[in-house]
Amino acid sequence: MIPELGHFALILALCLALAQSVFGLAGAYTRRTEWMSVARPAVAGQFVFVALAFGCLTASFLGNDFSVRYVALNSNSALPTFYRVAAVWGAHEGSLMLWILVLSIWSIAVAALSRSLPDTFIARVLGVLGLISTGFLTFTLATSNPFLRLLPPAMDGNDLNPLLQDFALAVHPPILYTGYVGFAVAFSFACAAMLEGRLDQAWARWTRPWTIVAWMFLTIGIALGSWWAYYELGWGGWWFWDPVENASFMPWLAGTALIHSLAVTEKRNLFRSWTLLLAIFAFSLSLLGTFLVRSGVLISVHSFASDPARGVFILAFLTLCIGGALTLFAWRAPKLGSSAGFELGSRESFLLFNNALLVIAASLILLGTLYPLFMDGLDLGKISVGPPYFRAVFLVPMLPLLALLGVGMHSTWKRARLAELKRPLLLGLAGAFALALVVVLIAYGRVTILALVGLTAGLWIIFSALRVPVSRLLSRQGLPASVLGMSIAHFGVGIFTIGVAGVEAYKIEKDVALRPGQSVQIAGYDFAFRGVHDVAGPNYNAIEGEFDVTRKGALVRVLRPQKRVYRVQTMPMTEAAITVGWTRDLFVALGDQLGGDAWSVRIQYKPLIRYIWLGAVFMALGGLTAASDRRYRPVRVTDTLPAKDATARDTP
Amino acid sequence: MWRYLLPLAGLAILVVFFFFGLQREPGTIPSPLIGKPAPSFSLPSVDNPAQSVSNADYRGRMYVLNVWGTWCIGCREEHAALLAIAHTSAVPFVGLNWKDERPLAIQWLKELGNPYTACAFDADGRVGIDWGVYGAPETFLVDANGVVIHKHIAPLTEEIWQRDFLPRIRAASKAAP
Amino acid sequence: MKRLLALLTLLLLVARAFGVDTGEEFADPALQARYERLTHDLRCLVCQNESIADSNAGLAADLRREVREMLSAGKSDQEILAFMTDRYGDFVLFRPPFVARTWLLWLAPALLLAAGAWIAVRIIRQKAQLARTDTDDSDLDSGSA
Repeated sequence: MIPELGHFALILALCLALAQSVFGLAGAYTRRTEWMSVARPAVAGQFVFVALAFGCLTASFLGNDFSVRYVALNSNSALPTFYRVAAVWGAHEGSLMLWILVLSIWSIAVAALSRSLPDTFIARVLGVLGLISTGFLTFTLATSNPFLRLLPPAMDGNDLNPLLQDFALAVHPPILYTGYVGFAVAFSFACAAMLEGRLDQAWARWTRPWTIVAWMFLTIGIALGSWWAYYELGWGGWWFWDPVENASFMPWLAGTALIHSLAVTEKRNLFRSWTLLLAIFAFSLSLLGTFLVRSGVLISVHSFASDPARGVFILAFLTLCIGGALTLFAWRAPKLGSSAGFELGSRESFLLFNNALLVIAASLILLGTLYPLFMDGLDLGKISVGPPYFRAVFLVPMLPLLALLGVGMHSTWKRARLAELKRPLLLGLAGAFALALVVVLIAYGRVTILALVGLTAGLWIIFSALRVPVSRLLSRQGLPASVLGMSIAHFGVGIFTIGVAGVEAYKIEKDVALRPGQSVQIAGYDFAFRGVHDVAGPNYNAIEGEFDVTRKGALVRVLRPQKRVYRVQTMPMTEAAITVGWTRDLFVALGDQLGGDAWSVRIQYKPLIRYIWLGAVFMALGGLTAASDRRYRPVRVTDTLPAKDATARDTP
Repeated sequence: MWRYLLPLAGLAILVVFFFFGLQREPGTIPSPLIGKPAPSFSLPSVDNPAQSVSNADYRGRMYVLNVWGTWCIGCREEHAALLAIAHTSAVPFVGLNWKDERPLAIQWLKELGNPYTACAFDADGRVGIDWGVYGAPETFLVDANGVVIHKHIAPLTEEIWQRDFLPRIRAASKAAP
Repeated sequence: MKRLLALLTLLLLVARAFGVDTGEEFADPALQARYERLTHDLRCLVCQNESIADSNAGLAADLRREVREMLSAGKSDQEILAFMTDRYGDFVLFRPPFVARTWLLWLAPALLLAAGAWIAVRIIRQKAQLARTDTDDSDLDSGSA
């Protein structure tokens, strides 16, 4: 009964989504208020029914209803309750439901928090969001119905893939989707503007906070994915340049460029066509990611089971959506020229470089990810483009970006006034270099170019980022949330850079064969293998190793890595044991049992790796702070702005 | 003016590639050995370690090399078809027991039937690597000059034999004096 | 006969266990560094998203062993990579070769950077010109806070 209820709710949601799009868009076009006023209630209704459907699916999981095919394939009665809920989005159909739920939540947020926006504009925004919802709901009902019955019902389920039985499954997809899908809002704002034929500073001011919040969630979502891969996949890497990882990173790069481009449009009504294009690109890349992970055109660890029929459907939807937006762009953008100017060395010029470099970075990743597909399609053979390529190539736009970041933060609008800042900035650079050299020599004993450049860049960006709020507070100037947010976010970039440089330059990975009683020394730590014993978990059996980690004789930690075999899927899984510190992670994973009682063990020393995710947290925090700036709060005026604004001049 | 249409053009190209990409199998690797001389091997026979099986035994003759293991589910699936095809085929079937355990292999052939005129035992997988084997079952067709002319990945069926192997066998037989 | 068979099986199992890469390091750090680089640059054909350094698959262990043996025998990196591509094609290389069909891939960073720089320069020239003739900076007071 409950699955059928859920199914029916989805159908109703589809009808409401259709109503939302048709009445919203047609109403705005014909300026019929009665039609436009259907949009908001339709959004609310759609949300209610989508939530109901999602609830029904969750209830089926919680109740172990194995007459539902999706539940039977992805759950099990021995699966702990926590994972039963997370398993809802563990495979294709359920994750699609999550996508739709997240979209309806964003839609309802837009509907609720936009009372001060003009009616025709908001009707168009909701209309476009409705079109996206319609597409996804149709896709779900036609090809990926999670409520299909399995008759006769299975005695017990297939169990959730052991790799997914982890806390991170509960948080990574929802947060990632909130980010990914949130770019649909910026996309809809862009389409609405193009349909209206009007794009101005007010539009940028409306769009910006929505984009920053989506970007913030995406930043955290990607960081969570990286962290999860690090401790779960058993070999201590934090980024693999896997096609699906790239598919989440590209919208992030486009989104970052978008936020910065919106700043220029908001302040000086410039870069309007760039901003539009970036808004389209960010969401397009999200849709592309959705396509890649479900179609089977690329090999990825993240791929859901692929089905060409589904692939064709998403591809068609993607074409319509993005094609439609780009057609609007080709129509409206030529009229978006501006006669405002700016000097080389002004903030606009730095943001222009920023846009360009981020777009180049995203394009390079796109090219590398899709190149095997191009080669295969042209019958030029099968090639692989893997981490060695991406690592080398990504640095090309990133190094200039990092260099310009330290300076660009201090630039001013329209005019170049950097000469005044030359001394403090150069001092900062020298100081960063000196500190980097000291750290590298004392902490790690050897200098590498990667470490020196990375640490210098990271430290310089940190000094530079802190300079702005510190000098403002000292000179008793106001510190608006947007300025503070920018500083925190850029501070995060510096921390991130330090983390990457540290871990990639000084990490040590060793595979050794150890017998109980033997030990190995790595980076000043002694890892002594004490042996293995059996443990039983709720739905798995494991062999647990015991390692005493000491430094200079004092015990640091006892690490217990496991090799688990989950009872239902009989899939062996390696659970690494990690000890975390302010300056390093120590990582031990069991390999294979060798002859006698010896085991192959992978031990890793990972300096500064936590700073990678800490940096991401600061970036997100900066975004949150910036989005909370007073000027984005709903205001009871129309879209004309006061002529003079006291805190105008040099704020971002 | 036209530059505003560039993004749309880019999208169109991408969509075309994706559409054709949907019909491809990205994980299936074509063999670089096609058209090249088959890697030479000389391995102990699976049932009698004292005997050897080598490609020199088949000089001047066509043969089929089938890579299998008792641990491989696909091999179990194809075994019945393999027996049927091998019995009617003029071309000998040579087995390559890959990374397996001899007793298990012997048991398997005894219980399920032996389609091979000879079966080599590749314990450490080196010969498999030379042939570019990355999974089982895989089936190669080698012509009378010792050149690899076809490789099939995944279980062999009567249909695939008729479609991919027989035409090549006939063509090669005609070409040979 | 049965006992012999059992012993044979046991021996085989043990032999297989020793076949697994125990990860003993090369005494020569240069060789070890080359080993690590090569095994990270080669794709595992079974777990196709991992390098043979990271993969648990049997074939990955076999290929690591081949790399190790070839390094010990004094083969160059090119020879080792050629060994792999002769058998598995270019697909086994995570670092795509620099050949005609991958020129676009490898030259893209430089090309895009050059194109980006050219566009940026053109825009800035035009905008700087506009800023020179525009002496009224009151447009900075409107817009956002």
